[in-house]
Amino acid sequence: MSDAVGPGAAGEGRRALGSLRAPVAHRSNALHAGAWWLWALGLATAASRTTNPLLLGLVVAVAGYVVAARRTDAPWARAFGFFLALGAVVVAVRVLFALLLGSPIGGSRVLVTLPEVPLPDWLAGVRLGGRVTAEALYFAFCDGLRLAALLICLGAANALADPGRLLKSLPGALYEMGVAVVVAMQFAPRLVADLVRMRTAQRLRGRADRGVRSLVRVARPVLEGALERSVALAAAMDARGYGRTAAVPPAVRRATNGLLLGGLLGVCVGVYGLLSAEGAGFGLPLLLAGAASAVAGLWLGGRRSPRTRYRPARWGARAWLVAGAGAVAAAGVIVAARADPSALTPSAVPLTAPTLPLGAAAAVLVGLLPALVAPVPATTGGRRTAAAAAERGEGAA
Amino acid sequence: MIRFSSVSVRYGEDAPPVLDGVDLTVPEGELCLLVGPSGVGKSTLLGTVSGLVPHFTGGTLGGEVTVAGRSTADHPPRELADVVGTVGQDPAAHFVTETVEDELAYGMESLGVPPDVMRRRVEETLDLLGLAELRDRRLDSLSGGQRQRVAIGSVLTPHPGVLVLDEPTSALDPAAAEEVLAVLQRLVHDLGTTVLLAEHRLERVVQYADSVLLLPGSGRAPVRGAPAEVLERSPVRPPVVRLAQVAGWSPVPLSVRDARRRAAGLRERLASRRPPSPRAPAAGTGGAPLVETEGLVVRRGGVDVLRGVGLRVAAGEAVALMGRNGAGKSTLLGAMVGLHAPARGAVRLAPAPDGDGRPVVPHRTAPGALLRRAGLVPQDPRDLLFAETVAEECATADAEAGAEPGRCRELVRRLLPEVADATHPRDLSEGQRLALALAVVLAAAPPLLLLDEPTRGLDYAAKDRLVAILGELVSAGHGVLLATHDVELAAELADRVVVVAEGEVVAEGPTARVVTGSPAFAPQVAKVLAPEPWLTVGAVARALEEGPGAPAGAGPA
Repeated sequence: MSDAVGPGAAGEGRRALGSLRAPVAHRSNALHAGAWWLWALGLATAASRTTNPLLLGLVVAVAGYVVAARRTDAPWARAFGFFLALGAVVVAVRVLFALLLGSPIGGSRVLVTLPEVPLPDWLAGVRLGGRVTAEALYFAFCDGLRLAALLICLGAANALADPGRLLKSLPGALYEMGVAVVVAMQFAPRLVADLVRMRTAQRLRGRADRGVRSLVRVARPVLEGALERSVALAAAMDARGYGRTAAVPPAVRRATNGLLLGGLLGVCVGVYGLLSAEGAGFGLPLLLAGAASAVAGLWLGGRRSPRTRYRPARWGARAWLVAGAGAVAAAGVIVAARADPSALTPSAVPLTAPTLPLGAAAAVLVGLLPALVAPVPATTGGRRTAAAAAERGEGAA
Repeated sequence: MIRFSSVSVRYGEDAPPVLDGVDLTVPEGELCLLVGPSGVGKSTLLGTVSGLVPHFTGGTLGGEVTVAGRSTADHPPRELADVVGTVGQDPAAHFVTETVEDELAYGMESLGVPPDVMRRRVEETLDLLGLAELRDRRLDSLSGGQRQRVAIGSVLTPHPGVLVLDEPTSALDPAAAEEVLAVLQRLVHDLGTTVLLAEHRLERVVQYADSVLLLPGSGRAPVRGAPAEVLERSPVRPPVVRLAQVAGWSPVPLSVRDARRRAAGLRERLASRRPPSPRAPAAGTGGAPLVETEGLVVRRGGVDVLRGVGLRVAAGEAVALMGRNGAGKSTLLGAMVGLHAPARGAVRLAPAPDGDGRPVVPHRTAPGALLRRAGLVPQDPRDLLFAETVAEECATADAEAGAEPGRCRELVRRLLPEVADATHPRDLSEGQRLALALAVVLAAAPPLLLLDEPTRGLDYAAKDRLVAILGELVSAGHGVLLATHDVELAAELADRVVVVAEGEVVAEGPTARVVTGSPAFAPQVAKVLAPEPWLTVGAVARALEEGPGAPAGAGPA
């Protein structure tokens, strides 16, 4: 960044820029996990408002670049590749369906005509095979790309935000439930590791370690082992004070229940009001009142839990910048969609080459800001230690 | 601090009590070592202190256990969390969070310790346990000794008055075990923590104990007293105590240092003799190797775990593979049964008698055929057991090995005379499970037998049985290669010791030479009698029995 400053700029300017430069991440300057989620949700909102393939491609590129620049070597960070693959599959499936089932879009440029399968009368409106038009395929591609971009944005949040840290930001009343969820999320990867180990062990019994039969044979011992481990973990958590409750007066407990129930009811009715045509007047106030009541209920409920928090993530300037970048991207695309709908949802019929709407593109590019301001993850000798863990983990339960 | 008054525990109405009539007090600031043979209820006793028995395990608790004045019958484990810290046998099963620092704070968070106090205590504990370098590391990237220290630290931060540990050093290499024990001793001395700990490897811990609590089993009442007194009568004894009994010392010494000061006379009596080699040299020694590796490189997760290992094991020979956790021992054994393909170099097993005379390459051989050339008993024998009863397990083992029916069951009968056909393999004790896995592997009669850490969780009696069985197999012409942290086992059984570090062989030679060469690998008897080359109590006892003059044993070491 300091390259941008000319040799003429005084040391002061350089220092100001230097303090802006992203520091190496450690525990106390770690970016709030919620900021990553807000950023990703902002990008996802932007993606949901357009079917312009250029703009969607830009969203995916921005998300991918930030992940590449700021992800750690934690296991959840490695899952981003999976989300990319999932996105590709979504696009492929969407296009394949348009190819086989046809599309209501119609269009005139017939690429190929598939043999049409005659269907019974009660399936009227469904077509199998038949004409495949360029317009239909293009429309399906853009539509699939939008869903893929949404998934990839969520994948980016998943790769960048530490679920454990996010958990620490939950209200006290929900914390214990959150721990249970996080522990449950660790269950699946361990189950897979056990499964791999047990299948290898089949070789030691002189059995093939591939195929369905070997999988079936180890399924029961693997599940037994997982159950044993869960019970052991539950015992350990209990012995370390999980689930301790503080004594609260009955009045507070009743007030908590009332606020939570009333709040949920208010939220439900409020949402119904907002969505239905005639209730728009009372919908918003009721929704807000319900939400406020629920928040108060959660806060009161937190008093039942004596938990304290060790070094919770702070919401600092960098978190504002990261979350703000997402908000700008979302707002920019929404505004652009109002101003120029045809650029953001280019028509498939007639087929036109999409153009990049400059305003919306600039807003999406603001989403790159986290790659500059978020703290740089510290590199560890992760690979070496991972290999050592593999060596140890081979036989250890 | 901990008071048991006529405590009994039984699981089920008709079942015999696991513990009965336990009446004793462990005073504050004492390191109390709980000893006894496998299956006498050591873990159950520990569980009653933390309240996990009966609140978590079920069963009926009779009498009363109080910790710091609180009865465990009325307080569930979470209400005792501020006075009792518990670490079970597997530290990995104990972790709730992902990183070292969070794990240390977790217990305090549950108890509602104020944030500034938490911050200070985490820093103190990181220093106390030497974990400061690891504070941001993920828990699954830690070595065994580091995990154990984190687990201990995680229950220390709430400042409990009592620490309960179940086999804290069994899975650790000697150096890591020393680390953990040094920490425990510091806690007792500096913080006045009361520590109650169960351990099978007495030779590692007994010198640190203030008192020993012996559960003799078979219905006899538990005994608590000074370590030397209790161990003199105990059915489980570390080598240094057995040596003292052979030499007729009383009271028995507990540490190598005490024993050395008494051993001058014994060293003189033994000076004119040479220790026998573990067994008569088998005919096969020096013949074609059963397994041979040449410049073996194995790559796992992008890193070379083995870097050019050359090793051979001949028929009729037992070789011990030693080295710290994560040195590559398990990978080497795995490569010999085809679990890992070599990146470079080669692994070759002796050709099958009915084959074409070419050496067997493990990772290219069908599992069924490989089974008859080499068998591996993995670190956790449960990995090898799939059936629901012992009888079923044996039947499938015979079928897969192509052995005549009943062969495996016969082996089990010899190794485990007391086990019934209908027992579920998971209900067996650690030692019994190991024996069952061994029988399953032996059903195929492989000439080469590989064992990964076989003595983890075994008491001395089970270990002696294992040594006897393996000794017989070696005499019958099998080749045995065992990866182990247990120097006493290596001394008892192995003809040669190979030490690996960072995937390379760093030392290799006859057991006596290698294990006496470094204090970390020397068995207690060798340390006591150095410079005389004696390794085991058995050898010393035989030499003393035979009287002066006659050279003991069959040949030179």
